Amino acid sequence: MKRVQFQSRWVPYVLLLPQLTIVCLFFLWPAGEAIRSSFYLEDPFGFGSTFVGLDNFKTILSDPEYFKAAAFTAVFTFLVAFFALSLSLLLAVKADKVVKGATVYKTLIIWVYAVAPPVTGLIGAMLFDVNIGPFTHLAHDFGWDMRVGVNYYDTAFAMVVAAVWNQIPINFIYFLSGLQSIPKAVQEAASIDCRSSFKRFWTVTFPLLAPTGFFMLVINITYAMFDTFGLVDVMTKNEPANNPVTLVYKVYADGFRGNDLGGSSAQSVVLMIVVFALTIVQFRFVERRVHYN
Amino acid sequence: MRKVTIWDHLILILGAVIMMGPLVVAFLTSTHDSVDIYMSGLQFTFGDRFVPTYDKVLAHSGGFTKEVTGLTMLWNSLILGLGFAIGKIVISMMAAYAIVYFRFRFATAVFWLIFSTLLLPLEVRIIPSYEVVQKFGLLNSYAGMIVPLIASATGTFFFRQFYKSVPDELLEAARIDGAGPFKFFIDILVPLSTTMMSALFIIMFVYGWNQYLWPTLMTTDEHYFTIVRGIKQILQVWVGGNQIPAYNEAMALAILAVVPPVLVVILFQRWFIKGLTESDK
Repeated sequence: MKRVQFQSRWVPYVLLLPQLTIVCLFFLWPAGEAIRSSFYLEDPFGFGSTFVGLDNFKTILSDPEYFKAAAFTAVFTFLVAFFALSLSLLLAVKADKVVKGATVYKTLIIWVYAVAPPVTGLIGAMLFDVNIGPFTHLAHDFGWDMRVGVNYYDTAFAMVVAAVWNQIPINFIYFLSGLQSIPKAVQEAASIDCRSSFKRFWTVTFPLLAPTGFFMLVINITYAMFDTFGLVDVMTKNEPANNPVTLVYKVYADGFRGNDLGGSSAQSVVLMIVVFALTIVQFRFVERRVHYN
Repeated sequence: MRKVTIWDHLILILGAVIMMGPLVVAFLTSTHDSVDIYMSGLQFTFGDRFVPTYDKVLAHSGGFTKEVTGLTMLWNSLILGLGFAIGKIVISMMAAYAIVYFRFRFATAVFWLIFSTLLLPLEVRIIPSYEVVQKFGLLNSYAGMIVPLIASATGTFFFRQFYKSVPDELLEAARIDGAGPFKFFIDILVPLSTTMMSALFIIMFVYGWNQYLWPTLMTTDEHYFTIVRGIKQILQVWVGGNQIPAYNEAMALAILAVVPPVLVVILFQRWFIKGLTESDK
């Protein structure tokens, strides 16, 4: 905090009023409501609700569909984070190295950041379309009978590809800025001691980049779990029946389509716990890095 | 020293092609006739239907009621993007100013209350949020679309970090000269923050423009559809229809949804990167 501060009886409250109003109305209230209704069974015709304790949680945790979605979310998150991070790291290392055309490469790679996940989903659905998709034709040439939208695993594959594509630019930006903040002196000293640039990368650059990488791992997990909603929604073409869906999608589908408010709220609460854990990990890390600096 | 090889360039070129390819193909396909696309797949050349397709998508067709045009949807997206970015910046600058520059009771409680919003993304409290907005009668309104999205405190966190890095001497000097809290804020802090404001503005504009789930829930009246929301509408027409899907129009709409935020990111690249890499601290 600042050494010098203003003292006023009312000014800080006036300044905080808009933010606090919005937080209370559109954050605290809904979040509290989600937790409350996770313990209630809502009448499907709107005639009140009954307290059922932990029944909603027991129901979702014994529902094979929920486990299927949870398993898919875990695998999807892992694959998206792994490939989005490693491919963007490769590109960032190369972009950090070249001088000629560096700005052009950078621009060409980062502009995809502005593509919304549902648009990515739409373009992905077209590229992997059973009739017109070039990727489907290519897969057929290799003897892979790819049926995105019909076959569970093919759809999952297409979703991972599209999500990784969408996530590369932001990772690239962070990795590049991380690489550029490594002091030149360190790199020069390393290049005197070690001739192999491959070995130099893994023993000097990579460890120095680890703090950035860890922060980005959290960002990528959050992206794959939550921000891909639009992508999943569009790529399953509103027919989630036999297609892979993520947990966030299931919260929406069960709550709005299935009208199962209690079950959907219980799923929300489970996700809240996951996000809570992720955020704590992130905060602890941020503190450590501030300390480190 | 580090030697740049041809391989480095090849990998970067391949990366750029992979990143650009899908959008280029989408654009090229949108310039062809939907029957051709249906017969021979996505297109890799520039077709002859550019003007009629985009004219139709922008000014004529759209939705079930056939009243909403691409232009209306672009306009709604612009309002959502601008309203969200400006609203968020103004509100979070005020809140961060109070938190950093004032000593008041409940300061710690307020701080934690605001930052608890970072814990739960809108997606996990989506249904109760919908009900709250419904209670206020804000469905199918710009306010209903924009205000609940502002609840997350990312902007406040961003400005709090920045204000903390502003030297204390500035405030001391300003107070000796007799500046009150409002004068200091307007005449000193806001001008100092312009870079930060621009950086956050770009990120938030793109974020607002690209919103999908929330506008989808908020709007049933097609006059409030954003262009990203319009994508869902296309799919519903697609899935239900028996005739050849209008692939060209779908692609044209996707391109229209992408062009404005892409232009913003490319034109203001430096601020945008600064905003991203500063805000993570």
